[in-house]
Parts: sequence; C-alpha cells; structure tokens
Amino acid sequence: MPRTLINVPQSVPRGTVFEIKTLVSHPMETGFRPDESGRLRPRDIIHTFVCTYNGEEVFRAELFPAIAANPFLSFTAVATESGELAFHWTDDHGAIHTETARITVT
Amino acid sequence: MRRLALALALVVLPAEADDRRSGFDVMGPDTQAMQQDDTANPGILWVRDGEALWTRADGGKSCAACHGAVESMRGAAARYPVFDGAPLSLEQRINRCRTTHQGATPLAYESQELLALTAVVAHQSRGLPITPDADPHLGAVRAEGERLFRQRQGQLDLACSQCHDDNAGKRLAGNLIPQGHPTGYPVYRLEWQGMGSLQRRLRNCQGAVRAEPYAYGSAELVALEAYLMARAGGMPLETPAVRP
Amino acid sequence: MTEPTRRSLLAAGAALLLVRPAHATPQAMAEAIRAFAEGAAKAQPGRVRLDLPALVENGNSAPLTVAVDSPMTPDTFVRRIAVFNEKNPQPNVAVFHLTPRSGRAVVSTRMRLADSQTIVAVAELSDGTFWSARAEVIVTLAACLEGG
Repeated sequence: MPRTLINVPQSVPRGTVFEIKTLVSHPMETGFRPDESGRLRPRDIIHTFVCTYNGEEVFRAELFPAIAANPFLSFTAVATESGELAFHWTDDHGAIHTETARITVT
Repeated sequence: MRRLALALALVVLPAEADDRRSGFDVMGPDTQAMQQDDTANPGILWVRDGEALWTRADGGKSCAACHGAVESMRGAAARYPVFDGAPLSLEQRINRCRTTHQGATPLAYESQELLALTAVVAHQSRGLPITPDADPHLGAVRAEGERLFRQRQGQLDLACSQCHDDNAGKRLAGNLIPQGHPTGYPVYRLEWQGMGSLQRRLRNCQGAVRAEPYAYGSAELVALEAYLMARAGGMPLETPAVRP
Repeated sequence: MTEPTRRSLLAAGAALLLVRPAHATPQAMAEAIRAFAEGAAKAQPGRVRLDLPALVENGNSAPLTVAVDSPMTPDTFVRRIAVFNEKNPQPNVAVFHLTPRSGRAVVSTRMRLADSQTIVAVAELSDGTFWSARAEVIVTLAACLEGG
C-alpha cells in the first residue's frame, strides 16, 4: 500500500485556478538496474496518474522510467464547484491506488 | 554593569565564532526547496508511516500505549545517543522498547519500519538544538568516537576528519565536502532514492575509503554517532532532511 | 564516455543509472517525438518554458517545470505536453494530458538524468500547432557513491 501526500487548498473562490501537489511512495524501478547478483531488476513503475474533479478528468500523466523514485507531480485546476478530487496511480502490476480530497468552492 | 556586559559577551562570542555549517547550507537551492516544503519533501512519507506505526499494537502494545501521542517525543531525538546500561542509539532504544515493553521482535536496521519510527520521533525535534545528553558515561563513548573519527582507515588510508574537518568546503569531484554534521537523520538522500540512517551514511563513507564498514548497531558506529552529535551540539535538527 | 575511465568504473560499481545496457540517442529522441505526434517533429520553438537546474546535484532526481503560454478555454487550450531526453536508457520522460479545466498549462515533476544532456518539451495545442523548448543540463558526478 503506497503512502501518499496530497496538497490541495481546502477552500477556493469560484473560477480561480488552484495548485494540486501529489507525492507517492514508489521505487520507480527502471528495469535497467542490476541487483547484487548482476541480473536486471524487473521494471516496476507507476505508469499512469489521473486526477478527476467530481468524476471528470482534469489531468492525466503517462510516466516513464525516467521519472524519479517517489514520484512528485504538481498541476492546476479551475475551481468550478465544491466536491471531491480523486487521484489514481496505476503501476506495472495493474494495481490502482486511489486517494481523495474534499474541496469547498466559495 | 561592565561585568554583565562581559558575561554576555562571553555567552554570545562562541555563537558568533561558530563556523559550523549544516549540509543544508552547502547544497543547491533546488534541494533546499525540496527539504523545506513538507508537501514536496519525500521524507515526510516516512514520517506519516511512522505516525501510523506509533499507534499500531506490535506484540501486545503500541508505542502510544506507554508514551501517548508522538508529540511527547519532542526533544528526545536531540539527545541521542544516550547511556542506559550501554550506549544506545535511537534505533537501539526503539528496538529495546519493542523487546522489553511491547513483546515485539526488533526491527532490522534500514527496514522501512525502523526508518519510519526514527523519522517520526526525530521529526518531533525539528528546529530544536541538538542537546547532547549529560550522562557522564557518555564522555568515554564520545572520546572513543572522536578517536575513530581521526583514525585513518581503508585502502585509501583516510580518516573521517581529513575530509570533514581538514578539507570541508573544498570539492571532491563535483561535490562540496560537507562538515559532516548529522543534523537531519534519518535523511532522504537523492543518491539512495530513499530514506537512510546515520549509520548507513557512516558505512557509506567507510566504503568510499575502501574500509570494511563497521556492523550496524556496533559499538564503533554508536560511538561515532555520539561524537558527531556532540560535535554538532546546538545546531538545529532538520529531520527529515534531504541531501544530494 | 568512449572508454571506461576510473570514475565511470567507480560509478558502475555503485550500480546506479550510469550502468546501462543501452541508452537513447538524439536520433532515438527524434523518433520518440515523431511517435508522440507527426506534427511534433516540426514543432516551432517558443511559447513553452522548460525549467531545470543548469547544474544537477544528483541525477536521481532533478526538478522540472514546464509551462506553456496559452489560454485554457474550451476553444483554445493545451492538449498535451511531452518531455523527452537524449541520454537516458529510453527517450521518453512523461506525457501530460491537460483540459480547459486545468486552468493553466503548468506542470512540475522530478526526473532522472543518466548524464549531462539536452531535455526537450513539446506542447500540442487544441488548434493543432506544436511548440517546443529545450534545456541543457549538467549532472555533476558524485565522488563517494554507496558501494563505490
């Protein structure tokens, strides 16, 4: 179960653009790194990140092994209405980790 | 009045003359920004894990069952290592708690759990000055640590002090040599792509001079920790620090 | 990196990204840009700002911010921003998909750099135009690597 840090303002005036920052614990194993015995460690990365706002996609990222371990992403969204931001990280094993954050639009 | 001024000068003078620098001061502005923003510092992931572990009952009891909220640990990490029958690092204290009070198994050095617990405990002292414990037993421990710090070792025949006292501030390949103050452990190192303890860092240095690293938890590493923390006495703790 | 130097051997011993069975090239990067979008190969320089430190302390993690000068309205917006490199094992770094609801075309992340190299960002706008920016980064070699 990865650990995540999500930073979203609790309350935003309608129509303004706000910043969203996410950090997730993950080795982002490239598939190009040998282990102690010299064999390549199998690739294990988060390849997709999606952010939805009340169910509608506002941002998506396709990630490659060149993204640093414990991937950090920051991006923006327009405050349209109060509701829920959902964050989904999908890794090479197909596991999807989801977190949510509430936002109040004033 | 003059006597008071003199006394004040004596108190203030050592601080003014203090040319000790945390590794934070000599790293790049981007790495500094990464450490200073809790929403961007990956070390906070381990702190959050530690908060969850603090209240998890391992064996029969959680840490919180005896200590209450983890905030009660404020100041604790700033004193370590301490003396309790033997010199004891923070990691060893946590494992002693586990075996004697919690009825749990000890955690391995550099395991994610032990790093998370040391991170959350040390994080409570962030911003507080390192305050070496006053236990008189620690004098001999620190003296032994200083002896090891000044002892040449490995195929390169280098002592810790030759880099971190004599040549700190100069460059070794692309890196600025830091003074080697353990102000932010456990730290998130970009090189490690993860969190690691002070003992991992010390073993790392030993590898770099082609010496046989001391074992995790050995008397030598705890003595070095005790010396280095006293050498950094008064400097603020930064846990979780980020370093290149 | 034509022949192994003492430094590269030391780095190799550390089993970091510097050990690579193969790596991208400027040609591989150009192909990856074409694979992203046919029009991307002819992207015009401009409207994209790509910020990376000129001097990177550790190639395992370099902060990167890409920003595109464009409205973000239903009529005109930035659809995608892709980032490429020329010396990591693979030329792709990330592709960001934006919508008018993104509000601004500004994205930050952290990337790995196997070596000093050129990084390229390409933005695809809703009007079908492509814009790009390049950044040169120098990765300083660490002196004391774990296991080195």
